[in-house]
Amino acid sequence: MSGVGAQIPVVSCQNLSHRYGPVEVLSDISLDFYQGQIHAIIGENGAGKSTLMKILAGHLRPTSGILTFDGQQVTFSSPYQAEERGIVLVHQEILLAPHLTVAQNIFLGREIRRFLAVNDAEMNAKTVRVLKDLEADIAPDDLVENLSIAQRQLVQIARALLLPQRLVIFDEPTASLTPMETDALLKLIVKIKASGVAILYISHRLPEVKLVADRVSVLRDGKLVESRSAAGLEPVDMARMMVGRDMAQLYPEKILPLLRKMAMDVDGFTVPGFVDAASFRVGFGEIVGFAGLIGAGRTELFEGLARLRPSRGNASLKGIAFQSSPKAVMESGFVYLSEDRKGKGLLLSQPLGTNLTLAALEKFQVWRVIDRPKEAAALSQAFDDFDIRAKSSDMVAGQLSGGNQQKLFLAKMMLMTPDVIVIDEPTRGVDIGAKQQIYRFIAKLAEGGKAVVVISSEMPEIIGLCHRVYVMRSGRIVAEINQDSMDEESIVVHATGAVKAVFSAVCV
Amino acid sequence: MTVMTKTRARFNLKAAAPFVALFVLIALGAFVHPKFLTFDNLVQNVATRTSFIAIIAIGATFVMASGGLDLSVGSIAAFVAGVMLIYLKSGGPEAGVGMIALAIGLAILVGAACGLANGLITTVGKIEPFIVTLGTMVILRSLFTYLANGGSISISPDLKDIYAPVYSGTFVGVPIPVLTVLAVAAVAAFLLYRTVFGRHVIAVGSNEDVARYSGIAVNRVKLWTYIIQGICVGIAITLYVPRLGSANSATGLFWELQAITAVVIGGTLLKGGTGRIAGTVAGAFLLEVIGNILTLSNVNVYLIGAVQGTIIIIAMLVQRSLMRKS
Repeated sequence: MSGVGAQIPVVSCQNLSHRYGPVEVLSDISLDFYQGQIHAIIGENGAGKSTLMKILAGHLRPTSGILTFDGQQVTFSSPYQAEERGIVLVHQEILLAPHLTVAQNIFLGREIRRFLAVNDAEMNAKTVRVLKDLEADIAPDDLVENLSIAQRQLVQIARALLLPQRLVIFDEPTASLTPMETDALLKLIVKIKASGVAILYISHRLPEVKLVADRVSVLRDGKLVESRSAAGLEPVDMARMMVGRDMAQLYPEKILPLLRKMAMDVDGFTVPGFVDAASFRVGFGEIVGFAGLIGAGRTELFEGLARLRPSRGNASLKGIAFQSSPKAVMESGFVYLSEDRKGKGLLLSQPLGTNLTLAALEKFQVWRVIDRPKEAAALSQAFDDFDIRAKSSDMVAGQLSGGNQQKLFLAKMMLMTPDVIVIDEPTRGVDIGAKQQIYRFIAKLAEGGKAVVVISSEMPEIIGLCHRVYVMRSGRIVAEINQDSMDEESIVVHATGAVKAVFSAVCV
Repeated sequence: MTVMTKTRARFNLKAAAPFVALFVLIALGAFVHPKFLTFDNLVQNVATRTSFIAIIAIGATFVMASGGLDLSVGSIAAFVAGVMLIYLKSGGPEAGVGMIALAIGLAILVGAACGLANGLITTVGKIEPFIVTLGTMVILRSLFTYLANGGSISISPDLKDIYAPVYSGTFVGVPIPVLTVLAVAAVAAFLLYRTVFGRHVIAVGSNEDVARYSGIAVNRVKLWTYIIQGICVGIAITLYVPRLGSANSATGLFWELQAITAVVIGGTLLKGGTGRIAGTVAGAFLLEVIGNILTLSNVNVYLIGAVQGTIIIIAMLVQRSLMRKS
């Protein structure tokens, strides 16, 4: 049923390339998407999956190459034009209006009307139907702000599914779903396929891909390295094709510290509404991972310690109780780098130098007046130390690529000369080259005797980088896994709370 | 490796826009009326009359750069003038420069206190500054009307002549109000561009979360912007009172709108994250220049507001399109 000889593909791309400035993120991609076929695209973060998908859905225009729809050449200048033809993208990020109801969100911009007024009854009824298909336990008049992340993801899927479809693109749709919800979604996707729709499925959960995909294409560093039928392809083979190199090359060698002096000791620490009585320790020279699903409370735990959220409980840093204000905590040697780099880490509209010295500005002053030459010197030092690639030093932070932003963010926090560095999702939205540099930098910090905490939702990152891992689920630390027993499955089992048998049933 | 230490001397179109607009208007004015381009008209008349709004707008630049808004400045102005005049009303023949100096100190203190109140309600009470200052605007206006008993308050005749030169006097040929504006602008520019506090103001206005996660005491920064605003209103009033020697229900009326307009024309963004002191002063001057040109070209007095408003909107449209290009 897949890719039948004479059939015309719904969407086809030929020699598609895309570059951001000098960086080619997608080069010479040719792929066909047929109706009734689930085409999985796999690849590491930064491999070019999202760029490809954005081009197909009309969010981006390719630098070169052509796109055809039903055999006709097309160019989309906006996502609406793509939607009109039935190309629907289910976003990974949540793009919903929190103060509106589920039904209002699902019909946002395409409300059903009765004369001048909106027809809430009909929209609610249609919402109920599509949510039932998704086996989602959500009422149409629930406010989106009261839903969990997983539920919001389902609402977003429902919104996409109400459009007439020819090609549906799913971008990591299961990233925040429980095994049960994942199962329901996968069934639904198979059902949509059976109705004659082409499906593009992006995921790096390989067992899922194995379960549903008819065809698998692999992107690596912006290039198409393989495209073949999924029959007989095992997750292990996919992983090898994706990475295409020794994993040891991406992750630096782990050097365990000899003596483990405690850097921080947390005992029964609570962040109301998010974290319940967490206890853990981190030693100097150690890289400790915090794994778990989105919403497990990892971010909130460390924001609580950094005094960015109300919290209570015992926590000590180098033997002394944590300070009580964010500034005092930072000055005592504990820094937290937010996962939300653009929203909480950097001032995107401000120059690089302003960003670099913002937290440590007191070190750049003489009588409350900023020492500008010293600031400029620190910037060029940071450019060298962190290999920040900026076209000029008077750019604003928002003009940097994700990887360079993350390096600037690291440089900014390192100016505080911390002893404990907590990095939340250190490589989110970062290309593979910068990723490797960041990993090396983290390893070097630990080697130099600093205590490092890495919060990550990417299992390979946790396993490749950390000496020890804590797993969190629903606000509690549920497991501590040491180096020798660290593998993806045991982490996922603890993170989801699934009994081993259930987990394997879902993922085959 | 990739460092290019470029000097900031590059021509900045955004920062220059209000000055270009001002230049164009002055050229236009010179064309409209021969009297326009004279020291007497542009400096003695227009620049001096601009001084109150310019000083208040400099304060507003801090508030708006940090992402805040203060609608109460006109009412603070009236209230400060009221308190100051009640004190100066009591002065007899024996009172002299000392009393005036005390009154000036009082005005600045009362202004700062009003700013402190605005800042505390906004930060501690976590209420939108728009609502808070709308409230204090009404409260302070009412308090002024109460102090003035519904009419006006005047300075004691004995003090009037001593104090008047502060507005009408000159120093090396330049009117004292104009010099005051320049001094306030210089201090403000230093504070905003060169100090840690100024950097924090921009950071808070640019992204409050980033500021908080960088260990900046966001509320304290915001509080100080409102206090600075209050102090600026106080300074402006110490120039306003000697002008007529009295205050009435028209004192400070619509000043908040003029100040905000001057700030925005000057290139400071309403949403925060930038602050342009020189631009603000140019903006305030520009507003008064427009009025002056219209008066000189015999436009019906009742229509001046409408023409002024139209020109402001056109100026903003031009500025917006310039920003998109660069």
